[in-house]
Amino acid sequence: MEVAAPEPARGGGNPLKNMFRMRETGLIAIIVLLFAVMSFASPYFLTWVNMRAMAMAFAVEGVVVVGMTILLISGGIDLSVGSVTALAMVIAGWLFLQGVDPWVASGISIASCTAIGAFMGFFVTRIGLHHFIVSLAVMVIARGICLLATGGRPLGLYTLPPEFKFIGQGSIGPLPLVIIIFLVVVLAFDFMLRRTTMFRKVFYTGSNEKAAAYSGIKTKKVIFLTTTLCSALCGFAGIIYMARFGSAQPTFGIGMELNVIAAAVIGGASLSGGSGTIFGAILGTILLSVVSSSLALLDVSVYWQDIIRGSILLSAVSIDHYLHKIRA
Amino acid sequence: MTDDVILKISHVSKSFGAVQALNGVDFELRKGEIHALAGENGAGKSTLMNIIDGILQPDSGEILLDGQVVRISSPAEAQKLGIGFVHQEISLCPDVSVAENIFMAATNVSRAFLTDYQALQRDAGVILSQLADIDPSWPVRELSISNQQLVEIAKALTLDCRVLILDEPTAALTEKEAQVLFQIMRRLADRGISIIYISHRMAEIFDNCDRVSVFRDGRYIVTHKVRDIQPGTIVNAMVGRMIDNLYPAKMTAAQTSDEIILKVSNLSEAVRFNGISFELKKGEILGFAGLIGSGRSEIVKGICQLEGTVTGDTWLNGQKLALKHYSDSIAAGMVYLSEDRKGDGVFLDMSISANVSALKLGQVSGPLGIINTDKEDGQAEKLGHMLNLKHGQLSDPVSSLSGGNQQKVAIAKMLSVDPKLIFLDEPTRGVDIGAKSEIHRILRDLARSGVGIIVISSELPELIGVCDRVLVVREGSISGEVAGDAMTEENIMHLASVLETQKKTA
Repeated sequence: MEVAAPEPARGGGNPLKNMFRMRETGLIAIIVLLFAVMSFASPYFLTWVNMRAMAMAFAVEGVVVVGMTILLISGGIDLSVGSVTALAMVIAGWLFLQGVDPWVASGISIASCTAIGAFMGFFVTRIGLHHFIVSLAVMVIARGICLLATGGRPLGLYTLPPEFKFIGQGSIGPLPLVIIIFLVVVLAFDFMLRRTTMFRKVFYTGSNEKAAAYSGIKTKKVIFLTTTLCSALCGFAGIIYMARFGSAQPTFGIGMELNVIAAAVIGGASLSGGSGTIFGAILGTILLSVVSSSLALLDVSVYWQDIIRGSILLSAVSIDHYLHKIRA
Repeated sequence: MTDDVILKISHVSKSFGAVQALNGVDFELRKGEIHALAGENGAGKSTLMNIIDGILQPDSGEILLDGQVVRISSPAEAQKLGIGFVHQEISLCPDVSVAENIFMAATNVSRAFLTDYQALQRDAGVILSQLADIDPSWPVRELSISNQQLVEIAKALTLDCRVLILDEPTAALTEKEAQVLFQIMRRLADRGISIIYISHRMAEIFDNCDRVSVFRDGRYIVTHKVRDIQPGTIVNAMVGRMIDNLYPAKMTAAQTSDEIILKVSNLSEAVRFNGISFELKKGEILGFAGLIGSGRSEIVKGICQLEGTVTGDTWLNGQKLALKHYSDSIAAGMVYLSEDRKGDGVFLDMSISANVSALKLGQVSGPLGIINTDKEDGQAEKLGHMLNLKHGQLSDPVSSLSGGNQQKVAIAKMLSVDPKLIFLDEPTRGVDIGAKSEIHRILRDLARSGVGIIVISSELPELIGVCDRVLVVREGSISGEVAGDAMTEENIMHLASVLETQKKTA
């Protein structure tokens, strides 16, 4: 044997590649930088009240980001998250107004959202339609149900018992319960995604569905379950929102899907599946949220915020694409 | 054949990441010659052809066409320069008619705004009639694989090419069809068209080509006039050493056993295969030969419930199997190594460790389904060491490895479950020679240790060199079996194609 197989490529060649290899590091650096700049630009920024408000703003959405990230890793996508979150509120709120116990109403509502996820999963895995199309249809249908059931007006739930409202409005010590729930969900799913066999199969499936099938993995079942899980988490988020607002808002979460997908993708999830982390996705959520809040504090027009958010997404995806190319 | 050089490749190099696919390669094609390219898989033949066809760009070096330096930026550009490439894989649009498939390429280089379909249909008809009896109005889907191959060739011929590249065109053809193709090739050469002919079959090269150039490990080795040399000269140049020690020693008479690992009885599938029965004895390596599309892969995929709805009985080590899903097959100890490594064999962007553990995660996890990463790395480390895997970190993605090492990861994945039987489909496709003979040695060691080994390969020398016995599959059934001295390329090819010739003459 004269010519040995070439040594595999190691890290080290391209410094840019190495710097971005740890995407989380990059995101943390950007967030810290933003904090530093903002604390000079606005004296109000680095106050407890503002920090708390920002955290409250992204915490519930963060729960949806978790579901979306897992779904993206499995190779799917869900455009219906905003509508389904609103539908969760509307179902629970409507049942409550019919005299159902709010806890029971919430349980039914989350179960319904889970069923919606299973419904989409069925169309994707059994009928063979694309996630994009199925969830687009469900996005419109769910919104339609919300508007139909409420006549387009928010349901005021003034009589919600205080112990229920506590989920969305209460605090344990200095920490709002919403943030504690968020942390628990994030930590639990982050751990499971990294370390359990169940979620490892999600990575195998998203990375190469055929290779996963050739490894004995029931890929359709995996995709069905990630689709269902995402909707179930939307249901859960919807209930928290309802407890926080004390009302059910049929128009809530319009455009949420874009924010959620953007956060996951900025955090390293790939639309072609197989990669992504919860930690990264949450950093993506925090980044977008800090940017929004900063722009608001700086009195920048809301319309600018969308433009900037879109630009951040485009840059993140471009960098991702470039890195994939030089790695290949 | 004249001595005018039409195409000259000068010091061309190309690398993919860390893999040097071509290393300062030279090549010369004369007007009107049939020039064979020989070399093992991974020798760089395909890369060179892809550069000539503009699919890939060289990192350095020059291409000269008629003495002029040219830059071929795309296949369309190559077509304009008169270079036609018939790929090994068929790339036709299956739902569209034969004629339209042929037009597709022709209209692409046409400068006219409107296409004269009638003229093109006529031309297509004329060219097709030389090749085979194919109706130009049929959809390609309806044609047999061999006829599709001929349509591919017809497609290249409509372009008025001066250089025609044929990449293993006979792989899917019967003996008779191949002979027709060779006659056509000779006619084209007489008209002044230069043909680059890639084949693994020595007999074809010696019967039909004028010159042969040999490549090995991305380097140009030598060019000979075919009439001046013997096949052994080429084989030795391809391998870079004597052929004798390329393959590991076979099973000796003393090692034969009556113990049966796998018994398959009357296995059938709706369309893919029919009435398959065979046995695999302990210690032997059994080969499956057959043309592309003959059903050899489908049979083994059927046995382990990867594909198709199968009827018939299977016994593994005397136990009758009732598998519902491939995961049952894995649990029973029967695993399948895919022929398409990048497509479905490995998870390219996942770590080496995660790839190796994919078949049975339960082995590296605790009771709650929590993966023990030390255990997972340990498993990859152990199997990697056993297979002599050359790797960086175990956390590196598999895409960072060379083809041969990627294949070793795929094999490690199979071995991670301590299988009783492994089906290996094209186990050394796209693997460099060093890794290739290592893989062969591993297979022999596994067989000796009592693991059942069934190898499918399109490379007959590989089957003959590695297997103790070869079953030949033709159109979904076993057409014969060869063993010992009867294992020759001629006998296998005969069994793979003879029935159809008989049918036609009958």
